Parts: sequence; structure tokens; C-alpha cells
Amino acid sequence: MSAVATKTLIEVQGLQVEYGRVRAVDGVDLTIDTGEILGLAGESGCGKSTVANAVMQILRPPAHIVGGSIRFQGEDLVGKSAEELRKYRWRNVSMVFQSAMNALNPVMRVGDQFVDMMRAHEHISKHHAIVRAGELLDLVGMDKRRVRAYPHELSGGMRQRVIIAMALALNPELVILDEPTTALDVVVQREILQEVEALKRDFGFAVLFITHDLSLLLEFADRIAIMYAGEIVESAPASRLAENALHPYTQGLMRSFPPLTGPRVRLTGIPGAPPELREPPSGCRFHPRCPHCVPEDAALYLRQTTERPRLREIEPGHSVACHLVEA
Amino acid sequence: MSALEVRDLSKNFAVGGALRRSQVHAVDDVSFSLQPGTITALVGESGSGKSTVARLLARLYDPTSGSVLFDGGDVARVRRRKDVLRYRSQVQLIFQDPFGSLNPVKTVRHHIERPLRIHRVVPPAQVEGRVHELLSTVGLVPPEEVAAKYPHELSGGQRQRVSIARALAVEPKVVLADEPTSMLDVSIRIGILNLMLKLKDEHDIAFLYVTHDLASARYIADDILVMYAGQIVERGPVEQVLADPLHPYTRLLLAAVHGERIDERRGSASAAVDPAEGCRFVSRCPLAVPVCSVMTPPLVEARPGQSARCHVTAPAT
Repeated sequence: MSAVATKTLIEVQGLQVEYGRVRAVDGVDLTIDTGEILGLAGESGCGKSTVANAVMQILRPPAHIVGGSIRFQGEDLVGKSAEELRKYRWRNVSMVFQSAMNALNPVMRVGDQFVDMMRAHEHISKHHAIVRAGELLDLVGMDKRRVRAYPHELSGGMRQRVIIAMALALNPELVILDEPTTALDVVVQREILQEVEALKRDFGFAVLFITHDLSLLLEFADRIAIMYAGEIVESAPASRLAENALHPYTQGLMRSFPPLTGPRVRLTGIPGAPPELREPPSGCRFHPRCPHCVPEDAALYLRQTTERPRLREIEPGHSVACHLVEA
Repeated sequence: MSALEVRDLSKNFAVGGALRRSQVHAVDDVSFSLQPGTITALVGESGSGKSTVARLLARLYDPTSGSVLFDGGDVARVRRRKDVLRYRSQVQLIFQDPFGSLNPVKTVRHHIERPLRIHRVVPPAQVEGRVHELLSTVGLVPPEEVAAKYPHELSGGQRQRVSIARALAVEPKVVLADEPTSMLDVSIRIGILNLMLKLKDEHDIAFLYVTHDLASARYIADDILVMYAGQIVERGPVEQVLADPLHPYTRLLLAAVHGERIDERRGSASAAVDPAEGCRFVSRCPLAVPVCSVMTPPLVEARPGQSARCHVTAPAT
């Protein structure tokens, strides 16, 4: 444990989000402490981006929050006015999207896009905003003079750096990275993550890092939460998860990444495919794919197929939602 | 006997207007061969030219120069429709996007039947049976049920299996798989890779596996080709190359996925525009010496079976 007293920055409780009649997020609990990197991993459609959008308060119809709360420094965001939320976004929480490198306006110079964003949130002269933009580019490892560049003059990696610089412009307490590097090549991806880590050390913001790449999280995150079919099935400090993953889905994910060193062994992955959230499986949502769910063990099988497991803490900081794991 | 052999293959694309015309060297002097019953991985970053190689082999592009030898003939020069058709039936391409490569208003049966009929693989009376056989081979069971489904009723992994079954329908000697798993969920990627391993053994197919993922290349491939800016910069047995790479670019890629700290001069793996003589990696290379900027290094076999384009680690003798 760190010597500095940790403080809860974001507390999500029992969050439920629906798209029309489909419940994409069903009862998610999550806390993010000041200055920590929380990794949220899961496959496409598991609801991880929906959780991020809810925290950022940018869910658009037909998506709407039907239950639960999201507290930022103790204050519930659900039910706040549009104007209050406008101030909260970017100032308190900013977000870097998956295809963020395509989010820049192609006919505006990079610097002018900083100016627009900053002046929407604070009284600052155009000149000062441009100077600040240059400083921010410098921070993310780019040449200050690039404020005069148009997006097409920059590579994908540099555009992603611009977006990260914008996300830091108002000194937010939390930066959400939603698959920030999946569209980038491995070398560029590594450089950008190194940059984020260094910036986080200097500025002390917290990071919610969303990705399908568990191996990246094991390396960069302090804590990791694993989502499956709209629920969190396991959460633990990154080091504990690496050593002692308990949920069969987490174990399966770990078995899905071939290693680059050591013996070349056949991996099994996870049979089947993630469920349709329109009609999620009864009981444990992972049971149709779970290697430990077999009719031979009748009593356990009944529980697995009819009773939804709850997320329970089984050691400090390590929670699992699985009938196989007893508290 | 190689299933397919590529010799000095190059593909340039013209860019710019009439006055400032430039040539992008997307694929530059690439040679390799594919053996039956082996998987060759072609790895590189976006823009390195790896997909262009696959498309040249599938005859979706005509090469600027060089040859593709298949069955004793140069298929890069084949023009007659009958010959093109025959070649296409022997060399099949599997695409990255299992969502875009199937017709949404046609059943799975239709997709597999079509190549069987067009290429007259089996007599019409046996088509139905063969469709079911192919679906079982790729793990889509029960085949009678799956055959009647439409693409939207299948998951991404199942759709990619349909694409593979369709490719297998014509009993190809060569399968070109262009990032076949990159759009699939992580938990089902391994299943597709395992299927390719099974097929190479059981059907003696020569696979070209195009990917940017070194770990999956190591998992299924026998040999590896590393591409940078249109050229093959290193080749050899996959285990040997990844355990002890010769080329500084292969080393950089490995460091990035191993989670080592990277401090480097930035550059890009993209195709070179009107390249000058010299090594294309020189601006990023920690080992660069003066000769690197003036002379393009040849691909030199510096260790048994392992070659690299590098004046420093694989000098020409």
C-alpha cells in the first residue's frame, strides 16, 4: 500500500444502462481512487465503453441510465443539470476515444482546436490559449510548433498525442482512455503508454483505461476489473490478477494470448462466443462457456444455471463473482 | 517442391499530380516461397506492404515487376480468364473482416455451394454432402443447422469459419490469410488459429499468415518474414528469429511487445516514396554506420536459415 492516503474519486454503484430494451450494463460497482490507473477489460459488447460513457456523462439516447449512481467526489452525477454536466466534462473528467485520431477537425489547425476547447470552459485569451497549447504538445513529446499543423500533416500516433494533450488541457482529475492505442502500431502504442504513465506521475490524475488487451493492463494498471456480458466478474490489484486469477473467464482470457517466450504450447482460448445481451443466459452469464459448468455435478450445475453469482471479496481488494469460489 | 514461389516482386503506386509524380514503393524486391503443410507468417506494421503482398499473390493487383511461380508457370503474367480462374481456385484469400466478406441476404449454404459449382469441384449430386463436410471441418456443427443460417445469425468467429470453409471448398494448395483474427474477440481468436494449424496438417495447405501480431505468428507459424517499408528485412524459422533477431527493426518490435522501455528516434514503417539508395531503417537505427545511408543492404544469410538486410548484423561477405 502507498503511504499517501487514498481517496475515492469516482464511485459507481449498481449502475444499469439500457439501450432501448437491451440492458448493456447490469449492476456494475466500481471505484477509482485519486491518482490510480484502473484497467477495465472485456470483449466487444461487454459494456465497458458504456460504463466509460456513463462516467463521462455522454450517453446518448437510446442509451439511458435506469438504475444506480455515479458519484464524483461524493456528488451524484445522475440527475445533475445539463449546465453542471457541461462544466464537469473536460474540467473534471476527460476522455480519449478509440478513434480519437479521427476526431480532429481536418480543416482547422491543431492550435485553433485547442483554443476552441479551452475557451468553451474558461476565460482565456486566444493568445494565451495558443501558448498553453504549445506547452501541452511539448508535454506529450511533440514539437511546440505543431500548433500550426493541420491534422493530415500528422501521423496517427501524433494525432493521438494531440488528443491526449487536449484531454489534459484543463487539468482533470480523471482521464478516461477508451482503447486509446488499438488502432496504432505496437511501437507507437508503447511510446504513448510510456508518455501517459510519466504524465500521470507528474500531474497526479487518475486513469480509467479501457481495453480488450489484458496483457497491456497487467503491465500498466494498478487495479483491473474484468467485465463480461454487462457485469464485473472479477476485480483485483494487477499483480494479484496476474498470479491468482480466479474467475474461469479471466483464466480463459489469460489463456487466449500466446506467449512470446517459453515453450510453444497449444492454447485453448474460450469455447463459444459472448452472449447476446438481448437475452442473457440465466444464472451465471458465463455458464454456457464455462469449463466447470457440467451437469454431472447436479447441485452446483443447478446454481450455475439459475442463480446469478454476486461479486464477493475473497481477499483484500480481490473480488470474484463465481459459484466455484467461496468467500 | 514449393507450393508457390515469389521472385523479386515489386509493386509501385503512382501518387501526386502530373507535375510532381512520385512512386510509392509499396512492395520492393520481395522473394520467398511457401511450402505445403507449413505456415509462413508475414509480419509488419501498418503500411509496411504486407497486405499488398497478399493481394499481389491473390492477383487483385498486377505487379510492377517480378514473378509469382505456381505450378511451373508465372501467374503474374496470366491473362486468360480460364487460367486466372484456375489459379484463383488454387490460391484462396481469407479477409480480415468477417462481417463484410459474406453476403447478408444469402445463407451459409449458398456461400459454400457457389465455389463448389463454379469450379465444378464435385458432381452436382454431391454438393449438399460436401457443404456439410466442409462446415464440420471448420467446427461449425451441426452442419445441417448452420447451413440454413444467414450471416447475421452468426457470431464473428463463426462468420470467419464460414469464410475459411468457403476458401477450402475448392481444395486450394495455398491459403492467404490477411489478419484473419484481428477483428475477432480475443477469446475466440485462438480457436481460428488452432483451426489453421489443423488444416495445414490435415490438408497439406501452404498458408501465408499476414499479421502485425508477433505472438500469434510465433504461435502458429513455421517461418517468419518481417517487412519494413516495403522490403523483407529479416526471415527465418520463427522460433529462431524471435529468440535471437538479427535486424534492429525486429529487435525494436520485440522490445515493444515485451514491454521494454523504448527510447528511439521516431520514424515509420510505411512504404517509401521515391526511396533513395540506403537502408530504410537508418533514421531509427541505433546501430547505424555511415555505409547504411549510401547503400541498400542486401538480404544476407548470416546464420543457417536466418537472413537479414543489415550492414552491421548481417554483413555481406
